[in-house]
Amino acid sequence: MSVLELRDVVVDYERRGGGHVRAVAGASLDVERGQIVGLVGESGCGKSTLARAAVGLVPATSGSVVFEGEPVTPMTRRARPAALVRLQLVFQNPYSSLNPRRTAGSQIADGIGLRTNAARTARVHELCELVGLPGVAASRYPHEFSGGQRQRIAIARALAADPAVIVLDEPLASLDASAQAQLANLLAALARDLGLGLLLISHDLAIVRHVADRVSVMYLGKMVETGATLPLWARPAHPYTEALIAAVPRPDGGGVLPESLPGEVPDPARPPTGCRFHPRCPYVFDRCLTEEPPLESLPNGRAAACWLAGIQGFRVI
Amino acid sequence: MSVLAVESLRVKLPIPGGDVTIVDGVDYDVQPGEVFGIAGESGSGKTISMLALLGLLPEHSTVEGTALFAGKELIGMPRRELRDIAGRDLAMVFQDPFTSLHPMLTVGRQLSEHVRRHLHLDRHAAEERAVELLEDVRIPDPRAALRAYPHHFSGGMRQRIAIAIALACRPKLLIADEPTTALDVTVQAGILRLLDRLRREQDLAVILITHDLGVLSSIADRVSVFYAGRVVESGARGDVLQHPRHPYTRALLDALPHPEAAKERPLVAIGGSPPTPGHIPSGCSFHTRCTHAVDSCRVDVPELRAVSDRRLACPVDPFSA
Amino acid sequence: MSSLAYGLRARARSSRIPAAWRQPLAIAGTVIAFAWIVIAVFAPLIAPSNPLAQSFPASESPSLHHLFGTDELGRDVLSRVIYGSRVSLPIALALVAIAATIGSIVGAVAGYFRGFVDGILMRSTDLVFAFPPIILAMVVAAVLGRGLFNAALAIVVVAWPSYARIVRGLVLSVGDSEYVQSARLLGASSRRALVRDVLPNVIGPVFVLATLDLANAILLLSGLSFLGLGAQPPQAEWGSMVAEGTQYFQWWWIGTFPGLAIFTVVLAFNFLGDSLRDVFDPRTARRAVESDA
Repeated sequence: MSVLELRDVVVDYERRGGGHVRAVAGASLDVERGQIVGLVGESGCGKSTLARAAVGLVPATSGSVVFEGEPVTPMTRRARPAALVRLQLVFQNPYSSLNPRRTAGSQIADGIGLRTNAARTARVHELCELVGLPGVAASRYPHEFSGGQRQRIAIARALAADPAVIVLDEPLASLDASAQAQLANLLAALARDLGLGLLLISHDLAIVRHVADRVSVMYLGKMVETGATLPLWARPAHPYTEALIAAVPRPDGGGVLPESLPGEVPDPARPPTGCRFHPRCPYVFDRCLTEEPPLESLPNGRAAACWLAGIQGFRVI
Repeated sequence: MSVLAVESLRVKLPIPGGDVTIVDGVDYDVQPGEVFGIAGESGSGKTISMLALLGLLPEHSTVEGTALFAGKELIGMPRRELRDIAGRDLAMVFQDPFTSLHPMLTVGRQLSEHVRRHLHLDRHAAEERAVELLEDVRIPDPRAALRAYPHHFSGGMRQRIAIAIALACRPKLLIADEPTTALDVTVQAGILRLLDRLRREQDLAVILITHDLGVLSSIADRVSVFYAGRVVESGARGDVLQHPRHPYTRALLDALPHPEAAKERPLVAIGGSPPTPGHIPSGCSFHTRCTHAVDSCRVDVPELRAVSDRRLACPVDPFSA
Repeated sequence: MSSLAYGLRARARSSRIPAAWRQPLAIAGTVIAFAWIVIAVFAPLIAPSNPLAQSFPASESPSLHHLFGTDELGRDVLSRVIYGSRVSLPIALALVAIAATIGSIVGAVAGYFRGFVDGILMRSTDLVFAFPPIILAMVVAAVLGRGLFNAALAIVVVAWPSYARIVRGLVLSVGDSEYVQSARLLGASSRRALVRDVLPNVIGPVFVLATLDLANAILLLSGLSFLGLGAQPPQAEWGSMVAEGTQYFQWWWIGTFPGLAIFTVVLAFNFLGDSLRDVFDPRTARRAVESDA
């Protein structure tokens, strides 16, 4: 059984000035131990909202989130149930996810359950080492670190809770290329060595392809495709996945312009009829305008929500 | 003739407790219709070197060197004269399309005001020009867009509007500073295609500043790689990015995930982090992170010199063909 | 123009006072404030004569015997100004401390519980904000009756809402910050996060506001005394001394010197507050270095 299971999660927001916006409109996702699951999609597709719903920071309107057999409940004023503390979240911006007035060590120690001070200090040092920070880091304040180092502190902080799953919301987006590579390698190593499940939310498909075992593609609040990374990348079953991949510029000096996907993610308050992607889809036909394709299983553990996905000879997998 | 020729540009910014050198002698030139790419990580001085040309640095900054733009020296030019050139012949687009437009003014007002001021057109002509510009950057329904406010548009559309404003007076040179960094890849591809079309159709020269070598790979004609305020390698896009010769350029490329590479190849991260201004290592500023460094790298500042097809600031040259 | 250009410009003049001048002003503020505190503590040793004794010729202009002259009743103005600090400073300190405490508690409660509680508490602060402070203080002081204590109480009534508002805003914004959310996800209860992550980030701004407010409190107290609602004769209080001075314009020294005393104290605490703002902002020091994006 998966360690983190999201089933048909729906999240509604109340919009200022009244009215509801369905940011997540029924999304399902599984994360196994030791597995890195990439969640990709354009901004406004609901991936960050889904991340927050997965850890209980925003309540799900319907659907279920189950972590290690326990339902994930929305946060109240009380402390989170101990069982849920092993489900952690790392935010995008390491400048705002650390308290500027507390040392890195004291913030990392937040999640450590040990009693004695000596044991806690030892554990903080261990965690710093694990994420590749120097031992003196513990006594320094966040502003003394670079962006990449701060993100390491944030990861060490999440690791302090001895997590089974960490949800990472665009953890690499604000970093330089060299720091990005260091951190991507660190995440892969953590999943492998500690048997951690990671849900990696990113708009950078190249990085996701590099570290994720499975990828889920989200569009306008729903999953449109999911599958093992390499087959999905090599032969995308959904036109949206195909467009995302074609838009990634290749750093090969080749001078080939990436393909652009016309149009934009529509307003989630007024989703298009039928298939949500149809206004931007190059393969659109009559049925797409009226009927919404379900997320259907395909061979090799893949699934896609497209009327053309299973058809032999057209979009072969 | 080149649109812009910059020589030994040096910039010092004031900080509490003295000045700090941000740009330490860079040279480049940009030809008409060319996309000139500047690559570098944060703190490499790539943005400051542009702001210096436009006179947009904080007070008490020092700028040395020469920058000839269409035969006129930009550095030391009186502010008023500079302001006339910047905006008309030389335009700039910034990273953040969310703050570079005025939130309280309609798109039409921002566009036509700019056009009227620099081109001295009447109201009607200015509006026609504004519609034309929005069509040029492929904003759907340009007449309606003129009456809308920036917050009505998505990030990608706002960046297109910012580009339209920049292009309003048919500039010779467009400086685009990380124009696609805040955008989705799908939208980024659209902006890159737009820039490519503009330079072909209007013979526009573009300086494209970005940390993303993928972006430069797809659109730049020539590339300069900045590190700690200096140029370490420059040359034609294919030469520099397909056969990098400076250890830093190579390391940057190795750190990137390649969309077609085998997944098992781990990303080769560069050890350490880029130096911060004021704490630049002696000699070659990359020597502390370089796996090919020899003793002399610690002492001698390498000169950017011509080697076969490019210019290179590395006497060791470990990757020479 | 552009975001970056705005950013750089904004950084260049982030305060009304240029950066190079802020340190000297901070030092000046500290020295003057400290000097006044020393004067208040050691007033009996410093003052040349008894502030209440009418033992000199009346209305003498400043001379070597009486540096600030004497007033219409033959009292030494210098001694009265020196003793006046024993009234204004401790009362201002105490009432600001009380107002800050009450306001902070109200603001923290409102920001922590939000919703209904927040609505009630914040509407009551709005009620106070709806009146000009000096008018409201006058009304309260008039209702309570003349006297220094009642005047101080009136100022507390006027002063606490600004603390409530700033603390509430900070508790709300810091409470929603990602670092507090991270702490909550790590198992901290809402109350624990409030104590450990939120309040330490609130204290700085409150302290700055209190310092600036000291100046306001001294001004208000003097104002009430000037209007006859605060200190009563013959007590030496700056505001009432200025009020007396206004009746004898030909003897300018009677009103001018206590006025100068108010002026220097207010200015000192304002300088101090402005520079504390920088001290409490952990980012001020390194902004300039990170300008290259």
